[in-house]
Amino acid sequence: MEPIRIAARLQEKFPDSILGIIEHRGQVTTSVARTPIVEMIQFLKTEHQMNHLNCLCGVDNLHRTAHFVERFEVIYQLYSVEKRTLLRLKAQVPETDPTIDSICGLWTGANWLERETYDLFGIVFNNHPNLKRILTPDDWQGHPLRKDYALKGDQEWSGFEQLKEKAAQLKQFEF
Amino acid sequence: MGKITNNLVQIEEGIKFIPGASALVAPLNKLINWGRAGSIWPATFGLACCAIEMMVAGASTNDLDRFGIIFRASPRQADCLILAGTITKKMAPIVRRVYDQMPEPRYVIAMGSCACTGGLFDTYAVVQGADEFLPVDVYIPGCPPRPEALLEGIMKLQEKIMQEQGRWSQFA
Repeated sequence: MEPIRIAARLQEKFPDSILGIIEHRGQVTTSVARTPIVEMIQFLKTEHQMNHLNCLCGVDNLHRTAHFVERFEVIYQLYSVEKRTLLRLKAQVPETDPTIDSICGLWTGANWLERETYDLFGIVFNNHPNLKRILTPDDWQGHPLRKDYALKGDQEWSGFEQLKEKAAQLKQFEF
Repeated sequence: MGKITNNLVQIEEGIKFIPGASALVAPLNKLINWGRAGSIWPATFGLACCAIEMMVAGASTNDLDRFGIIFRASPRQADCLILAGTITKKMAPIVRRVYDQMPEPRYVIAMGSCACTGGLFDTYAVVQGADEFLPVDVYIPGCPPRPEALLEGIMKLQEKIMQEQGRWSQFA
Protein backbone atom coordinates (compact mmCIF):
# COMPACT_ATOMS: atom_id res chain seq x y z
CA MET A 1 0.00 0.00 0.00
CA GLU A 2 1.27 3.45 -0.81
CA PRO A 3 2.22 5.72 2.08
CA ILE A 4 -0.47 8.25 1.20
CA ARG A 5 -3.14 5.56 1.53
CA ILE A 6 -1.70 4.37 4.83
CA ALA A 7 -1.95 7.95 6.05
CA ALA A 8 -5.57 8.03 4.87
CA ARG A 9 -6.31 4.84 6.83
CA LEU A 10 -4.70 6.41 9.88
CA GLN A 11 -6.99 9.41 9.47
CA GLU A 12 -10.04 7.15 9.24
CA LYS A 13 -9.03 5.43 12.46
CA PHE A 14 -8.01 8.57 14.40
CA PRO A 15 -9.96 11.43 12.74
CA ASP A 16 -9.50 13.88 15.63
CA SER A 17 -5.74 13.46 15.92
CA ILE A 18 -4.64 14.01 12.34
CA LEU A 19 -3.85 17.68 11.70
CA GLY A 20 -2.71 17.42 8.10
CA ILE A 21 -1.21 15.16 5.45
CA ILE A 22 1.44 16.50 3.09
CA GLU A 23 3.02 14.68 0.17
CA HIS A 24 6.21 16.15 -1.21
CA ARG A 25 8.50 14.43 -3.71
CA GLY A 26 7.01 11.04 -2.94
CA GLN A 27 7.44 11.41 0.82
CA VAL A 28 4.36 11.53 3.00
CA THR A 29 4.38 13.53 6.19
CA THR A 30 1.48 13.33 8.61
CA SER A 31 1.13 16.05 11.20
CA VAL A 32 -0.56 14.61 14.29
CA ALA A 33 -1.57 15.63 17.78
CA ARG A 34 0.49 14.20 20.60
CA THR A 35 -2.39 12.04 21.85
CA PRO A 36 -2.84 9.17 21.36
CA ILE A 37 0.61 8.84 19.79
CA VAL A 38 1.27 5.34 21.14
CA GLU A 39 -2.01 3.99 19.79
CA MET A 40 -1.45 5.58 16.39
CA ILE A 41 2.03 4.14 16.02
CA GLN A 42 0.86 0.79 17.32
CA PHE A 43 -1.89 0.82 14.68
CA LEU A 44 0.68 1.50 11.95
CA LYS A 45 3.01 -1.15 13.34
CA THR A 46 0.46 -3.94 13.64
CA GLU A 47 -2.03 -3.18 10.81
CA HIS A 48 0.37 -1.82 8.20
CA GLN A 49 3.62 -3.64 9.00
CA MET A 50 5.49 -0.41 9.79
CA ASN A 51 7.84 -2.59 11.80
CA HIS A 52 11.00 -0.49 11.69
CA LEU A 53 11.50 2.73 13.65
CA ASN A 54 13.88 4.46 11.28
CA CYS A 55 14.43 7.62 13.27
CA LEU A 56 13.05 9.54 16.22
CA CYS A 57 14.10 13.13 16.73
CA GLY A 58 12.94 16.56 17.80
CA VAL A 59 12.46 19.91 16.08
CA ASP A 60 12.40 23.40 17.57
CA ASN A 61 10.22 25.80 15.51
CA LEU A 62 11.15 28.91 17.48
CA HIS A 63 12.36 31.02 14.54
CA ARG A 64 10.11 29.46 11.95
CA THR A 65 7.63 31.83 10.28
CA ALA A 66 5.29 29.52 8.35
CA HIS A 67 3.84 26.02 8.30
CA PHE A 68 4.02 25.09 11.92
CA VAL A 69 1.59 24.56 14.76
CA GLU A 70 3.45 24.23 18.03
CA ARG A 71 6.97 25.15 19.07
CA PHE A 72 8.28 21.60 19.35
CA GLU A 73 7.73 18.58 17.18
CA VAL A 74 8.75 14.97 17.69
CA ILE A 75 9.32 13.25 14.38
CA TYR A 76 8.87 9.51 13.92
CA GLN A 77 10.13 7.95 10.69
CA LEU A 78 8.41 4.61 10.29
CA TYR A 79 9.50 2.12 7.67
CA SER A 80 8.05 -1.13 6.51
CA VAL A 81 10.79 -3.57 5.66
CA GLU A 82 8.40 -5.91 3.80
CA LYS A 83 6.53 -3.25 1.83
CA ARG A 84 9.39 -0.75 1.50
CA THR A 85 7.24 2.20 2.43
CA LEU A 86 8.20 5.14 4.58
CA LEU A 87 5.81 7.26 6.60
CA ARG A 88 6.73 10.29 8.68
CA LEU A 89 4.71 11.39 11.70
CA LYS A 90 5.18 14.85 13.17
CA ALA A 91 3.71 15.03 16.66
CA GLN A 92 3.04 18.55 17.90
CA VAL A 93 4.37 19.35 21.39
CA PRO A 94 3.50 22.74 22.95
CA GLU A 95 6.10 24.91 24.63
CA THR A 96 4.09 25.30 27.83
CA ASP A 97 3.91 21.55 28.46
CA PRO A 98 6.66 19.78 26.48
CA THR A 99 5.65 16.21 27.18
CA ILE A 100 4.66 13.26 25.02
CA ASP A 101 4.11 9.56 25.66
CA SER A 102 7.06 7.22 25.23
CA ILE A 103 6.97 4.49 22.58
CA CYS A 104 9.58 2.35 24.35
CA GLY A 105 6.88 -0.29 24.76
CA LEU A 106 6.71 -0.71 20.97
CA TRP A 107 10.43 -0.55 20.16
CA THR A 108 13.08 -1.04 22.83
CA GLY A 109 15.43 0.86 20.55
CA ALA A 110 13.39 4.01 21.04
CA ASN A 111 14.88 4.23 24.53
CA TRP A 112 18.11 6.03 23.63
CA LEU A 113 16.48 8.05 20.83
CA GLU A 114 13.99 9.47 23.29
CA ARG A 115 16.73 10.10 25.82
CA GLU A 116 18.64 12.05 23.16
CA THR A 117 15.55 14.09 22.28
CA TYR A 118 15.01 14.79 25.96
CA ASP A 119 18.64 15.74 26.47
CA LEU A 120 18.92 18.14 23.54
CA PHE A 121 15.38 19.57 23.34
CA GLY A 122 13.98 19.10 26.84
CA ILE A 123 10.94 17.17 25.63
CA VAL A 124 9.82 14.86 28.44
CA PHE A 125 8.69 11.37 27.47
CA ASN A 126 6.05 10.00 29.82
CA ASN A 127 6.43 6.38 31.00
CA HIS A 128 10.02 6.22 29.77
CA PRO A 129 11.94 3.56 31.78
CA ASN A 130 15.17 5.56 32.16
CA LEU A 131 14.73 9.18 31.14
CA LYS A 132 18.07 10.85 31.86
CA ARG A 133 20.63 12.71 29.79
CA ILE A 134 22.61 10.65 27.30
CA LEU A 135 25.05 12.99 25.49
CA THR A 136 25.71 15.86 27.85
CA PRO A 137 26.89 15.22 31.43
CA ASP A 138 24.21 14.40 34.01
CA ASP A 139 24.49 17.79 35.76
CA TRP A 140 24.37 19.86 32.55
CA GLN A 141 22.11 22.92 32.59
CA GLY A 142 19.82 23.63 29.64
CA HIS A 143 19.04 21.80 26.41
CA PRO A 144 21.63 22.66 23.73
CA LEU A 145 19.64 22.13 20.52
CA ARG A 146 16.90 24.55 21.50
CA LYS A 147 17.08 27.61 19.30
CA ASP A 148 17.23 29.96 22.29
CA TYR A 149 20.30 28.18 23.70
CA ALA A 150 23.39 30.29 23.01
CA LEU A 151 26.04 28.67 20.82
CA LYS A 152 28.67 29.01 23.54
CA GLY A 153 26.21 28.21 26.31
CA ASP A 154 24.72 30.40 28.98
CA GLN A 155 27.09 29.31 31.73
CA GLU A 156 30.15 27.13 32.15
CA TRP A 157 29.53 23.52 33.10
CA SER A 158 30.31 23.08 36.80
CA GLY A 159 32.35 19.93 36.15
CA PHE A 160 34.73 21.85 33.89
CA GLU A 161 35.13 24.63 36.47
CA GLN A 162 36.06 21.97 39.05
CA LEU A 163 38.54 20.45 36.60
CA LYS A 164 40.26 23.80 36.08
CA GLU A 165 40.49 24.31 39.86
CA LYS A 166 41.96 20.84 40.26
CA ALA A 167 44.50 21.48 37.50
CA ALA A 168 45.58 24.69 39.24
CA GLN A 169 45.97 22.83 42.56
CA LEU A 170 48.01 19.98 41.06
CA LYS A 171 50.36 22.37 39.27
CA GLN A 172 52.55 22.71 42.39
CA PHE A 173 53.42 19.00 42.25
CA GLU A 174 54.90 19.16 38.75
CA PHE A 175 58.64 18.61 38.45
CA MET B 1 97.74 1.83 34.85
CA GLY B 2 97.99 4.34 32.07
CA LYS B 3 97.28 8.00 32.31
CA ILE B 4 93.56 7.76 31.72
CA THR B 5 92.92 11.47 32.07
CA ASN B 6 95.13 12.24 29.17
CA ASN B 7 93.51 9.71 26.86
CA LEU B 8 89.90 10.91 27.11
CA VAL B 9 88.32 11.06 23.69
CA GLN B 10 85.65 13.70 23.19
CA ILE B 11 82.91 12.11 21.12
CA GLU B 12 80.42 14.96 21.45
CA GLU B 13 80.40 18.29 23.23
CA GLY B 14 80.71 17.51 26.94
CA ILE B 15 80.78 13.71 26.48
CA LYS B 16 84.11 11.92 26.75
CA PHE B 17 85.00 8.29 26.19
CA ILE B 18 87.57 6.40 28.28
CA PRO B 19 89.14 3.92 25.87
CA GLY B 20 90.67 1.39 28.30
CA ALA B 21 87.65 1.19 30.60
CA SER B 22 84.86 1.26 27.97
CA ALA B 23 83.27 4.07 29.97
CA LEU B 24 81.77 7.48 29.28
CA VAL B 25 82.21 10.66 31.26
CA ALA B 26 79.44 13.18 30.86
CA PRO B 27 77.15 15.47 32.86
CA LEU B 28 74.17 13.61 34.33
CA ASN B 29 71.78 16.10 32.71
CA LYS B 30 73.07 15.18 29.32
CA LEU B 31 72.90 11.42 29.82
CA ILE B 32 69.42 11.47 31.31
CA ASN B 33 68.08 13.83 28.67
CA TRP B 34 69.63 11.69 25.95
CA GLY B 35 67.93 8.60 27.36
CA ARG B 36 64.59 10.32 27.70
CA ALA B 37 64.65 11.92 24.26
CA GLY B 38 65.39 8.56 22.69
CA SER B 39 62.60 6.68 24.43
CA ILE B 40 59.42 8.76 24.36
CA TRP B 41 56.61 6.33 25.12
CA PRO B 42 53.21 7.89 24.41
CA ALA B 43 49.97 6.54 25.81
CA THR B 44 47.71 4.98 23.17
CA PHE B 45 44.97 7.54 23.50
CA GLY B 46 42.99 8.95 20.60
CA LEU B 47 40.17 11.46 20.95
CA ALA B 48 38.93 12.06 17.40
CA CYS B 49 40.00 12.05 13.76
CA CYS B 50 43.59 13.15 14.53
CA ALA B 51 44.07 9.72 16.07
CA ILE B 52 43.88 8.27 12.56
CA GLU B 53 46.88 10.38 11.53
CA MET B 54 48.64 9.36 14.74
CA MET B 55 48.13 5.70 13.80
CA VAL B 56 49.52 6.40 10.32
CA ALA B 57 52.55 8.01 11.91
CA GLY B 58 53.05 4.85 13.95
CA ALA B 59 52.66 2.52 10.98
CA SER B 60 55.42 1.30 8.70
CA THR B 61 55.60 4.24 6.22
CA ASN B 62 56.58 6.79 8.83
CA ASP B 63 57.56 4.35 11.56
CA LEU B 64 57.75 6.13 14.90
CA ASP B 65 59.63 3.13 16.31
CA ARG B 66 62.86 4.39 14.80
CA PHE B 67 62.76 7.32 17.25
CA GLY B 68 62.31 4.90 20.13
CA ILE B 69 58.63 5.81 20.28
CA ILE B 70 56.53 2.87 21.37
CA PHE B 71 52.84 3.35 22.10
CA ARG B 72 51.93 1.99 25.52
CA ALA B 73 48.43 0.82 26.35
CA SER B 74 48.64 2.05 29.95
CA PRO B 75 49.29 5.63 31.07
CA ARG B 76 51.35 4.23 33.97
CA GLN B 77 53.95 3.01 31.48
CA ALA B 78 53.83 6.16 29.36
CA ASP B 79 55.64 9.46 29.64
CA CYS B 80 54.00 11.40 26.80
CA LEU B 81 50.35 12.16 26.19
CA ILE B 82 49.45 12.95 22.58
CA LEU B 83 46.09 14.74 22.60
CA ALA B 84 44.93 13.63 19.18
CA GLY B 85 41.57 15.23 18.53
CA THR B 86 38.72 17.34 19.84
CA ILE B 87 38.51 17.51 23.63
CA THR B 88 34.89 17.87 24.71
CA LYS B 89 34.11 19.19 28.16
CA LYS B 90 32.60 15.85 29.07
CA MET B 91 35.84 14.10 28.07
CA ALA B 92 38.19 16.64 29.70
CA PRO B 93 38.07 15.14 33.25
CA ILE B 94 38.97 11.73 31.79
CA VAL B 95 41.87 13.21 29.81
CA ARG B 96 43.09 14.84 33.00
CA ARG B 97 42.81 11.53 34.85
CA VAL B 98 44.93 9.79 32.21
CA TYR B 99 47.53 12.54 32.59
CA ASP B 100 47.45 12.30 36.39
CA GLN B 101 48.19 8.56 36.23
CA MET B 102 51.36 9.07 34.21
CA PRO B 103 54.68 9.02 36.15
CA GLU B 104 57.07 11.97 35.98
CA PRO B 105 58.71 13.10 33.79
CA ARG B 106 55.71 13.50 31.52
CA TYR B 107 55.07 15.55 28.45
CA VAL B 108 51.96 16.63 26.57
CA ILE B 109 51.67 17.16 22.81
CA ALA B 110 48.53 18.94 21.60
CA MET B 111 47.95 17.52 18.13
CA GLY B 112 45.63 19.36 15.73
CA SER B 113 43.69 22.60 15.82
CA CYS B 114 41.06 21.27 18.22
CA ALA B 115 43.49 20.24 20.92
CA CYS B 116 45.47 23.50 20.48
CA THR B 117 42.62 26.02 20.45
CA GLY B 118 39.27 24.28 20.10
CA GLY B 119 39.53 24.67 16.33
CA LEU B 120 36.30 25.33 14.49
CA PHE B 121 34.25 24.05 17.42
CA ASP B 122 33.84 27.35 19.24
CA THR B 123 30.80 25.96 21.08
CA TYR B 124 29.37 25.10 24.46
CA ALA B 125 30.66 21.52 24.41
CA VAL B 126 34.32 21.82 23.39
CA VAL B 127 37.36 22.83 25.46
CA GLN B 128 39.00 25.87 23.87
CA GLY B 129 42.52 24.50 23.98
CA ALA B 130 43.99 21.70 26.08
CA ASP B 131 46.16 24.21 27.97
CA GLU B 132 43.08 25.21 29.97
CA PHE B 133 43.67 22.18 32.17
CA LEU B 134 46.96 20.56 31.08
CA PRO B 135 50.57 21.84 30.75
CA VAL B 136 51.13 21.47 27.01
CA ASP B 137 54.74 21.20 25.76
CA VAL B 138 54.31 21.15 21.98
CA TYR B 139 51.47 22.44 19.81
CA ILE B 140 50.99 20.94 16.36
CA PRO B 141 48.54 22.89 14.19
CA GLY B 142 46.64 21.33 11.30
CA CYS B 143 43.27 19.77 10.67
CA PRO B 144 44.45 17.10 10.93
CA PRO B 145 48.25 17.52 10.87
CA ARG B 146 50.03 15.22 8.45
CA PRO B 147 52.10 12.42 9.99
CA GLU B 148 55.19 14.43 9.02
CA ALA B 149 53.91 17.31 11.15
CA LEU B 150 53.50 14.93 14.10
CA LEU B 151 57.08 13.73 13.53
CA GLU B 152 58.24 17.35 13.52
CA GLY B 153 56.35 17.96 16.76
CA ILE B 154 57.95 14.95 18.38
CA MET B 155 61.39 16.09 17.28
CA LYS B 156 60.63 19.52 18.77
CA LEU B 157 59.77 17.71 22.02
CA GLN B 158 63.09 15.86 21.81
CA GLU B 159 64.90 19.19 21.42
CA LYS B 160 63.03 20.50 24.44
CA ILE B 161 63.95 17.44 26.50
CA MET B 162 67.61 17.81 25.54
CA GLN B 163 67.67 21.32 26.97
CA GLU B 164 66.29 20.39 30.38
CA GLN B 165 68.41 20.96 33.47
CA GLY B 166 68.14 18.78 36.58
CA ARG B 167 64.70 17.42 35.95
CA TRP B 168 65.10 14.15 37.81
CA SER B 169 63.54 15.02 41.12
CA GLN B 170 60.94 17.31 42.57
CA PHE B 171 63.68 18.61 44.88
CA ALA B 172 66.54 19.02 42.41
